[in-house]
Formats: sequence, C-alpha cells, structure tokens
Amino acid sequence: MNMELSRRAFMRGAGAGLAGTAMGALGFGDIEAAHASSIRAYKLLGTTETRNTCTYCSVACGIITYAKGDLAKGEKATIIHIEGDVDHPTNRGTLCPKGAALLDYVHSETRLTQPKVRKPGSDRFETVSWDYALDRIARLMKDDRDRNLVEKNNDGVTVNRWTTTGFLAASATTNETAWLTYKVVRSAGMVVFDNQARV
Amino acid sequence: MTNSWTDIRNTDLVVIMGGNAAEAHPCGFKWVTEAKANRGAKLIVVDPRFTRSAAVADFYAPVRQGTDIAFLLGVIRHCIETDKVQWEYVKNFTNASYLVKDGFAYSDGLFVGYDEQKRDYNRTDWEYKIGADGFVETDPTLQDPRCVWNLLKEHIAVYTPEMVERICGTPKAKYLKVCEMIAETSSPQKAMTSMYALGWTQHSKGSQNIRGMAMLQLILGNIGIRGGGMNALRGHSNIQGLTDIGLMSNLIPGYMTLPVEREVDRSTYMSTRGFKPLRPNQTSFWQNYGKFFVSFQKAMWGPAATKENDFAYQYLPKLDVPAYDVLRAFELMHQGKMTGYFCQGFNPLLAFPNRAKLTAALAKLKFLVTMDPLETETARFWENHGEHNEVDPTAIQTEVIQLPTTCFAEDEGAVVNSGRWLQWHWPGATPPGEAKTDVWIMAQIHLRLKALYAKEGGKFPDAIRDLTWNYKDREDPHPAELAKELNGYVVETVADPSDPAKVLLEKGKQVAAFALLRDDGTTAAGCWIYTGCFTEAGNMMARRDNSDPDATGAYPKWTFSWPANRRILYNRASADMNGKAWDPTRKLIEWDGSRWSGYDVPDIAPTAKPDQVGPFIMNPEGTSRLFSRGMMRDGPFPVHYEPFEAPIANVIAPRIRGNPVARVFRGDMEQFGEAREFPYAATSYRLTEHFHYWTKNNHINSVLQPEFFVEISEELAKEKGIRPGGWVRVWSKRGSIKAKAVVTKRIRPLICDGKPVHIVGIPLHWGFIGAAKKGFGPNSLTPYVGDANIETPEYKAFLVDIEPISGVA
Repeated sequence: MNMELSRRAFMRGAGAGLAGTAMGALGFGDIEAAHASSIRAYKLLGTTETRNTCTYCSVACGIITYAKGDLAKGEKATIIHIEGDVDHPTNRGTLCPKGAALLDYVHSETRLTQPKVRKPGSDRFETVSWDYALDRIARLMKDDRDRNLVEKNNDGVTVNRWTTTGFLAASATTNETAWLTYKVVRSAGMVVFDNQARV
Repeated sequence: MTNSWTDIRNTDLVVIMGGNAAEAHPCGFKWVTEAKANRGAKLIVVDPRFTRSAAVADFYAPVRQGTDIAFLLGVIRHCIETDKVQWEYVKNFTNASYLVKDGFAYSDGLFVGYDEQKRDYNRTDWEYKIGADGFVETDPTLQDPRCVWNLLKEHIAVYTPEMVERICGTPKAKYLKVCEMIAETSSPQKAMTSMYALGWTQHSKGSQNIRGMAMLQLILGNIGIRGGGMNALRGHSNIQGLTDIGLMSNLIPGYMTLPVEREVDRSTYMSTRGFKPLRPNQTSFWQNYGKFFVSFQKAMWGPAATKENDFAYQYLPKLDVPAYDVLRAFELMHQGKMTGYFCQGFNPLLAFPNRAKLTAALAKLKFLVTMDPLETETARFWENHGEHNEVDPTAIQTEVIQLPTTCFAEDEGAVVNSGRWLQWHWPGATPPGEAKTDVWIMAQIHLRLKALYAKEGGKFPDAIRDLTWNYKDREDPHPAELAKELNGYVVETVADPSDPAKVLLEKGKQVAAFALLRDDGTTAAGCWIYTGCFTEAGNMMARRDNSDPDATGAYPKWTFSWPANRRILYNRASADMNGKAWDPTRKLIEWDGSRWSGYDVPDIAPTAKPDQVGPFIMNPEGTSRLFSRGMMRDGPFPVHYEPFEAPIANVIAPRIRGNPVARVFRGDMEQFGEAREFPYAATSYRLTEHFHYWTKNNHINSVLQPEFFVEISEELAKEKGIRPGGWVRVWSKRGSIKAKAVVTKRIRPLICDGKPVHIVGIPLHWGFIGAAKKGFGPNSLTPYVGDANIETPEYKAFLVDIEPISGVA
C-alpha cells in the first residue's frame, strides 16, 4: 500500500472527532450533547474490511466488503456494505450498476442454504443432509462409471474415457476451485467437461 | 486480452465491434474515456444497434449481424490499396513473405479439399512450401505470386466498398470513413486497440471474425505495443482462469491438449507437438511442451507417474471426437446417451440454445447435480411455471440434487481478469446456512468415490486412487495449497550438471519460473503458465503495490500477470529490427546491444538478437500468421459466410448455407428457419443493469430493468402495427416468446443486397426464478449450431417473425 492514510481511515477519524473536539472548540458546548445524540454513528465504524474482487465481469474491479464480525478471528461475520476499492488500478473505486448492488447478491432471498433432493417424478425439493447428498452422488457416479467407462476402444487401445456423466464448471469460481475440480473430474476419466468460456 | 484494461489509456483509436463495452464492461470502458480525454483518442463503434458505446463514440457505423468478416476483409483491402501498411512490421513480423504450396487454392467460397458429405476439408495443401534446408521458402520482396501477401490480396479482392455495403448494409460513405480512421494507425507512431466480446464469438464463424481483426491489426503493426492489441472482453470474473486451467473437454492446463485415440503412447502424443522451428534461429517455445506436460502429470499423480509408466500417460482419457463440448453433451443427453450431469455455478437451461431441446434432454438424465450459491432454472427444470416452464413433473424421472455453495464474499483464492491478472481475494463473511465452498464439495465427492472403489473395486480405479492429495486437511484443502500446486514445486532435488556440488532445484521448494520445469519427473506444476504466481517469495497474486513507473499502465507490482508477470503479450514487437521502440513515447522493452529490458517483462529470450529472433515465440515460424495454414477447420483466411439463418443468400457464394464446415447434428438442420417464413434478423445481448441470469435474484437489479422486452425500429413497428409498449409474440422455428415492444430509433433497417433487413433485438436476463418478473430469453428461439472451430453457439444472428398480440395478464 503506498497511501499512508487511506480515505476510509480519514473518514473514521473525522467521524469520531466531529461530535467532540470540533464542536466544542467552536463554543457550542451547551448544544453539544443534544447535537451529538442526533447524529447517527458512522455505519462502517467497527466493521471488518476485506479486499475482494467483484464477482461479475472480467474487468475484475477491486471491492471492499465491510462486515459486522471478524471472520479471521473466528467470529460470525455478516457483510453490511460493499464499495469500490479506491486503491485498485483498474476501477479506482468505481463500480457499475451490477457491482454497486453486490450486497443484494450476498443477501439474496434465493441464496441456497441447504442441500436438497428432488426425487424422480416429484413436484418438490426435499431437504437432506450433506452426508446423504454426497454419498448419493458418489454412488450414482460409481454405478454409471463402472457400467460405462470405456477402458479400451475397438482397436484395443487404452482410452479410459467416461462419456455418460458430464461436468459443467463455473467461471466465477476461483482458480483454486477450478484446479481441484479439474483434478477430480479428469482423474475420473470424464471428457464431457466444459465451462462458460464456450458460450 | 493481449494487453490490459489499464493499457487502453495509451491508445489513439478504439474500435468496438463485436461488443458493447460501455454497457457490459462499464468500469473497464472508463479507460476508453481516459484515452479520449487525455490524449485525444477516437472511438469507433460498429454494431447493428446504436448501443450505449455508440452513444459516446466519435463515429458510429451500422453493420448487419453476422457480416463482420466482409467488413473487416474490406478494411484490409482498403489499407493495402491505399498503402496504409506498417511495412517493416509486415515484412519481418508476419508470414507475408512465406510461400504456400502450389496445391492451395480458393474459389466460390470454398478452399481446396472440401468434402460436402463430411462437412470438412482435407487441409493437406493449406501449408507452406518447405525448402531443402527444412525451412519455409520465402520471398522477402513479396513478388512471388505464391507468397502469403499476394494470396491474401487475391483473396480479399472481392470485398470492395460496394460489396461491403451490399453484404453488411453499412452505407458506403460511413464504411469508408471507418476505413480511413483505422488506416491512419498504420503509422508506427499510432496505435489502435480492438475491444470485442461475444458479439464476435457467438457466430458459426466466430473464430474467423476475430482472425479478421487480428490480421488487420498485424498489417497495421498494432500487436505487441502499448495502446494496441486484440482485447477480448471476457464475461465472467474467472472465465479466463477456467480456460487457462483447461476446464474444457479437450484441454490440459496451460493450453495443452488431451490425447486423442491415435496417440497411443506419450511419444506418439509428443510427435505432433513441441514443434521444431520453421525458420532459422527461431525460438518455437512449444519445444518445451514435454516439460510442461510431464510436470502436469506429476502434479496430478505424483509418485504414480514414473518414467517406467510413461508418466501415467494412460491415466488421461483419450478423445474419440474433437471435443465433448456443451452442444455435443446436450445432443447426447437428448439421444438418451447420458446418465448424469453436474452444473457447478452454471444455468444451462437458459444459457444454451434451443431451450425446448434442453428441457427434453435434461428430462432423459438419471441424475442432475447442481452446485450454486443461488437458485437456478436448471435446478428446477422439472417444476411447472405455466407458460414460462410448461412441464409435467410427474413425467420427468430425473433425480436432482441441489447443493448450496458459498459465493465470492465467503471464499478465498484468485480470479483472472481479462488482462490475465491473477488477483487474490479474501473471505469476509460467514456462509449462509449450510452452504459450503466448491473446494470442500469437490474434495468430498472425490474422497467418497475413492472410498467406494477401495471398498468395492470396479473399473480402472487407478487414476482416482493415485490422485495427488497432500493436503493438511484432506477433507478441505486450503486455497493456498491449491495455488502452490498450480504454480509448481520441486519433486526431487536437481544438481547443477556442470557443478554437482551446486543445487539447481531443491526438493519441496516452489518453482520460481516455468523455464525451470523439467521433463524427467523432478518438477510438478498444475498449470505452467501460472508458474511464478506463488513462489518461495510468497503469494505474488496477493501483491497490492499499485505504483506504475512513468504511467505506462503496466502496474508491474500489482498482483501477478501470466505468463511470467508479463503485462503485454508479444511486447518484443513494440521495437523495430534494431530493437528500438517504433515510437519512443510508447516504449515497452528495448535492446541495449546485449539484452532486452524496459517497463515490461520481455516476451523473448533476454539475449535474443533483434535482427535474428522473431517476436512471436510461440509460433515455430517466429512470426505471426496472416495465413493460418491448416490450423483452423474453415480456412487459412476468413471468408464471408452468412449465419445459418440469414435474411439474404450469401452473395459471394450463393450455394453455401452458413459456415460450410460447422457441425450440425441430425435433426437440427431441419429446425433452421428460412427467410421467407421468418423474415427478421434477430440478435441477443445483455443490459448494463444485469449480469446474465444471476441478477434476477437481486432486488435492486430487478427493479432497475424490471421487465422482458424486445427492441424494434419505428419502421418495423409501423409495418407490423406494433405500438410502443405493446405486447408482441416473437417466434422462430424452435420456439415462441411473448414480450413488450420497445420501439426505438436506436435500431434502423439496413439495406442488404437491395432489400430492407429489419433487426429484432432480444435482451437476456429473464427466467422463472428469483426477484425479477418472470419472462423469456433468447435461447427459446436460437439455433442449435456452433462455431466451426470451437462450437460457441450462434446466438447473435438468427431469424424470427414478430406480430402484435393483445395484452398479457
């Protein structure tokens, strides 16, 4: 960081000092308390700042998330504000109509919170445990792989190819997710494999 | 991108064609504004619609969707005819002077070797003449009629201004104005940048659209310089990273390819890779392929990949077709040939073409697993939502398992921007409910599958059993551990061959650069182009020094840019044959008599002499290709082909429908519409308030642009009796949708081949899930065909009909 005093640190200092020193020095002692009580505390006071990257397009604007609670200290953290990162060379603090509404994504009513299964022919999802969901997936994969993995082609060439189960990977995940996904998918022999780059 | 977002500040001319950066990439577009304001740069927009980018352009020219190649080849013709060519660049840095085999020929829209039955070419003759010395024959004077330059001139002769107007519908005067503005950048002191996106890729000849502009940029000498380049504005936040790491049917990380069936062992596989130089002294960097490949195999299978077993070569699946891309996947599903499908952060029911076919295909699966932070239409494809998803759940036997994942705010790792910067981010929130990271989920799937094989046995468990898994918490690998694997590490200590007392590489240490990777099993690296991102010095992707010496736009200490922290690809081409910058104000790297150095990491060996070693080190030629040999399925030069559904016949080759080698599955050809039934040329796009299908889960974005609409011209509205804001039905041969009509001056009919062509614009966003109103999307209408080389679906040009309908409740 080459900025000695960031804009946020300055705002915090200014906010805290305003009700006390500045007003008192100007001689408004009597109304100081009443005035101070009418000022809403700066909403980002006491929040934890975290550097992130906007999840939408590949301009990859720098963002800062502000959370109640500090994840790094093992606390439950809830993001209350997201803004552009002024230190970021590409976006210099600006955000577009999508990035400016990122908080709505994080707290969307349609965020998923539990594993669910929809049984054949059913008209609803049912909540299941992670263990149930993952064991079921492993079972379904193995049954299909054992039935359909092509170990050798008609010419007797080893091909170890699995074409009956496929995987679409997510282009908004991290490189690290991508790499582990690659390892798991390829080691199983899957070739029906793609990501959003295709569309 | 060859360059970066922040480099756009250095340009003199921005051409936005095949994209709409002001709308889709607003914060990146600000660098265009910066260049306009600070150095008087101009902006040209060429698009069927008067877009938000066009609204701030210095010059706008309309073009009919799907005719970009005719336009671009016309511009190349103009530049050559008016001698607006960066000659020294063209002669030395391209293959213009290379001689082509006598058998190569082109006529009536087809190259030599076409097989109509196979919809494919025999490409044997699309190749250089090789001399007795094993190198390509050349004619530096460009006189030989068989040199690339003369073949190119002959090939593009047909694209006269009159022909461009006839095909593209661009009025001749406007087209010529664009030509003149572009041609000015042939000066070594001028730079032009091309900013494009899916407006170029989503065509049955998308790859050739991009080649058309790349060729133009080479002729103008605009590749490898500040403010120049071919700049793909990628969509998702890490679509670049997913491509780099090879999450595609036929890829291995770092742009290596999966073996095909005939490559029975590693030596056969290597025989068609690792090319020897085609001209004297050239680098031909892919000669190192074997080092990257073996290091990848070691990263995957560690001790199980040995010299004795060909480094576990048989652990890799071998392909029997070019690729199992998404169109092939859904085709197989539709035929009932697939059992299961995983959708990780992907909503194919709205993202792939011909939705009716997709729904039918998903309904034939035994199981579907979705992993997503948000609800998706795909996860609920079986749920009835009236006209927005007309299905009978009782008739669909697919088992669907929906897994809740974390989102960006809750996970850690790097995403790669369009300019190839790997930027690390940190988690700031607790995941909601029981949501888990994708890393944990993938680890669990692997470990449970492996446990089943250990317990029950089964088919070829080896590659699963032996997968490297050296994580501290094997149930939940840490992102830093995965990043270190991607970077690469030393497996066995390597002594210096000239001094055995000296250690070259020490076991367990991170590899510092890909030049150190080896093909003897002593190094491992998940993705060689990322080597350098997480070294013994730490996580380079987490660097946050935003200094930029001399304001070049490079920001060399900000995160990490692949490869090797290089900010502008081909940057050696920014200097002339003596190694001096073409334009001193645009200096990137220069030759000081013994070495290359400057603002960027040289894209050349540091001691490679400028008059000997060419700048395009990945090519065995050392030069760039105006003629791409047999490397693309549909030709060594681009050709104008109409979309499969086009309002007029192809005027240069009336017999040819669409791209003659694009793959079309049985049944899909019959579902292409004809202009007499579907007279209007439709296209699809995104709005600035929306991100694909995600933001309809957000209240604010849904409020900003609440309702599905289609856009038409005032002329078409009048012709069809459609009133502004009135309801319309739009249909193709594959589906029908209802929408409100936006009647706008921003779309105008174009005159193509003497006939008016009306354009119907169909934005995407809406579905049947989330906070937004229910609506339809373009994929209910679009054709099931992709680009001939990489199978990106043809979303940008198709045919529809439209009629007014009475109000919808």
